[in-house]
Amino acid sequence: MSRYIARRLLQMVATFIGTTFIVYALMFAYTNDPLQALAGERPVTEAQRRVMTERYHLDEPFLVQYGYYMKGLVTGDFGQSLTGREISEMLATAWPVTAKLALLAICFVIIFGVSGGVVAGLRRGGFFDTASLGLTLIFISVPIIVIAPLAQYLFGVKWHLFPITTGANPSFHALLLPAMVLGALSLATNMRLTRTSVAENLRADYVRTARAKGLSRRRVVGIHVVRNSMIPVVTSIGVDLGTLMGGAIVTEGVFNIPGVGFNLLRGIRTEDGPVVVGFVSVLVMVYLITSLVVDLLYAVLDPRIRYE
Amino acid sequence: MSDTALAPSSTALNGENGKVDKPRSLFSDAMRDLRRRPVFWIGLAVVLLVVLMAAFPSLFTSADPRHCVLARQHEPPSGVAYFGYDFQGCDVFARAVHGARTSLVVGFIGVAVATVLALVIGMTAGYFGGWIDSLLSRIIDIVLGVPFLLAGVVLATRLSQGGRSTNVVPVILVLGLLGWTTAARVIRSSVIAAKNQDYVTAARMLGASSARIIWRHILPNALAPTVVVLTIALGGFITTEATLSFLGVGLRDPAISWGIDISNATRYIRLAFLPLFAPASFLAITVLGFIMLGDAIRDAFDPKLR
Repeated sequence: MSRYIARRLLQMVATFIGTTFIVYALMFAYTNDPLQALAGERPVTEAQRRVMTERYHLDEPFLVQYGYYMKGLVTGDFGQSLTGREISEMLATAWPVTAKLALLAICFVIIFGVSGGVVAGLRRGGFFDTASLGLTLIFISVPIIVIAPLAQYLFGVKWHLFPITTGANPSFHALLLPAMVLGALSLATNMRLTRTSVAENLRADYVRTARAKGLSRRRVVGIHVVRNSMIPVVTSIGVDLGTLMGGAIVTEGVFNIPGVGFNLLRGIRTEDGPVVVGFVSVLVMVYLITSLVVDLLYAVLDPRIRYE
Repeated sequence: MSDTALAPSSTALNGENGKVDKPRSLFSDAMRDLRRRPVFWIGLAVVLLVVLMAAFPSLFTSADPRHCVLARQHEPPSGVAYFGYDFQGCDVFARAVHGARTSLVVGFIGVAVATVLALVIGMTAGYFGGWIDSLLSRIIDIVLGVPFLLAGVVLATRLSQGGRSTNVVPVILVLGLLGWTTAARVIRSSVIAAKNQDYVTAARMLGASSARIIWRHILPNALAPTVVVLTIALGGFITTEATLSFLGVGLRDPAISWGIDISNATRYIRLAFLPLFAPASFLAITVLGFIMLGDAIRDAFDPKLR
């Protein structure tokens, strides 16, 4: 197990370095005059040029620049955005909002997706099962860029159930609709996964044994079937949490939620290199750590799984 | 026009059909299975309709999608414009019909690029093994380890700089460069499985070269699972193109894309709903069609995955 963790950590370091290097290269290499790009249309004075060249180590080769950047990153110094804000500060204000949104979305997935999947799996072929299969197919295939504006129109503009946009410091009520939109895809996939898992376990030998022992259906389903069916679902929800933390670009954009995805998109649109590299590095890190935790959790939940 | 839609899958399957004995039975078995599925027929019908729309948009609308008159702004639907006019006074229905071409061109060429990458990398890793396999597998891990949309947004921004805004090449490159990993893994494992079969050993003993063994004996075995993975990927690619255009980093304004139209319509959503509804439903139904088709093909070709 510890050998497995060590190998995964090494792989993570390689992925992290690979990703940050690619993003860094994409954002900073091959611009003819990065200082002019930075200043936009305004002219750049000699003095400004000197200060900036020194601050960004522009007179050094590209790899050395990247080395300086990584050194800053490891010590927690993300540098400044082109507008002069500390990137670590931007991250600190944006992160809680995104985390709140992602956790709320996952709550929806657990409450509606998992329980719905259990019910559908227990009554396979019934009305609820068929209806939920059709409904989840729609959620799976309709892209979020369709769901988000549509939900905003129906629930916000037409029926006035939720605020249309959230703005800074969003309240719990304002985050409800975006969270539902964000969680829709994950809800659908996890509902199907739970359904399949429950239906499969209902036919398992140990369930037949439990029934033969004369246990009540309640106990058989509640203890034996549902618990075992949750193993793949927990891991899948964990992976989704990691994705949602970083993948909320569209939802945050549509509902104007000042989270990580929103800031990142603005950084990309204004070609703010330091912001993009900083945010992407952190997001990739979060994604990598969640997937490691999920894989380890898998082994803890299911003793049959052994990592060599 | 149906041949363009099914070109990748049908050529792949025919190649398999003609050469090796065992996959032929699998193929005909799968076809029999497919014919009995309503999901397959619905998906196929949707896909064919969209392909027709992309090839001959004038069959569906005679209006020019780029002819916009501000005086018609947000005019309600009529017999001429079934979904009314948008903020700029363009025909909403005509724009939605013409958007099909962009989506399909980007989707199909993107899948083609991803297929070539996946075939080359997956085959090399699986056939040669050893350190080449380890190196290529690590590269696959790295690309898979990055959130797809995040990487797509960064890459698209960078690639589309300086080019013409209607250029579809950057978006195709993004899809191809990021979308090959799953297929490469599938190919690698099916190559490893086929490599140790008796008929491959026999071919090697008869003095066949590596290239010939790969081409004649191993490639046909890897094709069925690859076709399955890539059909399902098509729906995802079309979604990604629309999402990138929606975010303003994919195709840009003079180009006609469902993503651009959805993005523009959300800005005026308080004024008019139909300019959002038309491109959104076209996109959703197209993706649904591809996913249904992909699901049906997967179920038919790979009963274990069900």
